[in-house]
Amino acid sequence: MKRLILALCLALTAHFARAGDAAPLAADPVAEKRLMKLSEELRCLVCQNQNIADSHAELADDLRREIRAMIKDGKTDKEIIDFMVARYGDFVLYNPPFKATTVLLWVGPLALMLIGLVALGRYLKQRNQLVTDDAPLSAEEAKRAEALLNETKNS
Amino acid sequence: MNRFLWPLLGFIALVVLLAVGLKLDPREVPSPLVGKPAPAFNLPVLSTPAKTFGPKDMEGKVWLLNVWSSWCVSCRQEHPVLVEFSKRASIPLVGLNYKEVRGDGEVDMTKIAPEDEKKLAIQRADQWLNQHGNPYTLSVLDLDGRVGIDYGVYGVPETYVIDKAGTIRMKHIGPITPDVLGGKILPLIGELSK
Repeated sequence: MKRLILALCLALTAHFARAGDAAPLAADPVAEKRLMKLSEELRCLVCQNQNIADSHAELADDLRREIRAMIKDGKTDKEIIDFMVARYGDFVLYNPPFKATTVLLWVGPLALMLIGLVALGRYLKQRNQLVTDDAPLSAEEAKRAEALLNETKNS
Repeated sequence: MNRFLWPLLGFIALVVLLAVGLKLDPREVPSPLVGKPAPAFNLPVLSTPAKTFGPKDMEGKVWLLNVWSSWCVSCRQEHPVLVEFSKRASIPLVGLNYKEVRGDGEVDMTKIAPEDEKKLAIQRADQWLNQHGNPYTLSVLDLDGRVGIDYGVYGVPETYVIDKAGTIRMKHIGPITPDVLGGKILPLIGELSK
């Protein structure tokens, strides 16, 4: 029992030691929240499919530090985002703006879907026509069909 | 015939699209800095740390800014190209030594006193240049990578061509190969030097 309590105490102290590491977060929760929100919108350029909030790359660390400093200086979110775009381009934004260079990005999928829908519509119309255009069987065809059906019945 | 024509055309278009996509290097992000003035900085010079250097000192000259570090593996790959370039070229090649100490994943920064970082960086950078040759007119120390952020550096090595007016005219990401040097950088330098 004593041992268990000791182990628990140790575990708890370890926990407190870890909590100490996260001091900046506790120091200014509002700023940290803004930092989190901003860094979730920014792409890490080293590991391109992660945002700066998730990435452990060193550059992401540096950029978080940079954002933190800017928040401290009282910069607005827009100023901070502009700072990043001026250096790394629209590519850093997970939500890129709509402009000439990004038209394909925004409109492309929609255009592809429209093309698909039009193609599908035309195809269905064509198929419908094939079905309705089918003339009734001629006397000879009817006779052949009858014969074939009887054949399967008898066998 | 017509039945197969459209799907075939669609398929070919898709193949072309994917083939082009495969050839693109996602690491080559177009830099918004091209066409803009080179961001100002004032950093200590590696050989004489008491002195500082900034892009202003290069006004009226066409010059190259090459971001390097001793821990950067691809820098070793491009280094012979730079050494060869420096022997023949008549324009300055400035090295931006990027996060020499703290950028090295093998260095435990908690064991290094802040005031020792610069000394260690100089020692490491000097040793590397002695070993591999020094193509740089001069190198400056960007210990914390702050200037690197201003230049949009996200992967060393990176190289900038800066014109007489101090405008960035080209950015190359990744090691400079003889092809890149001969095919892109040298012609641009020739044009800008006119």
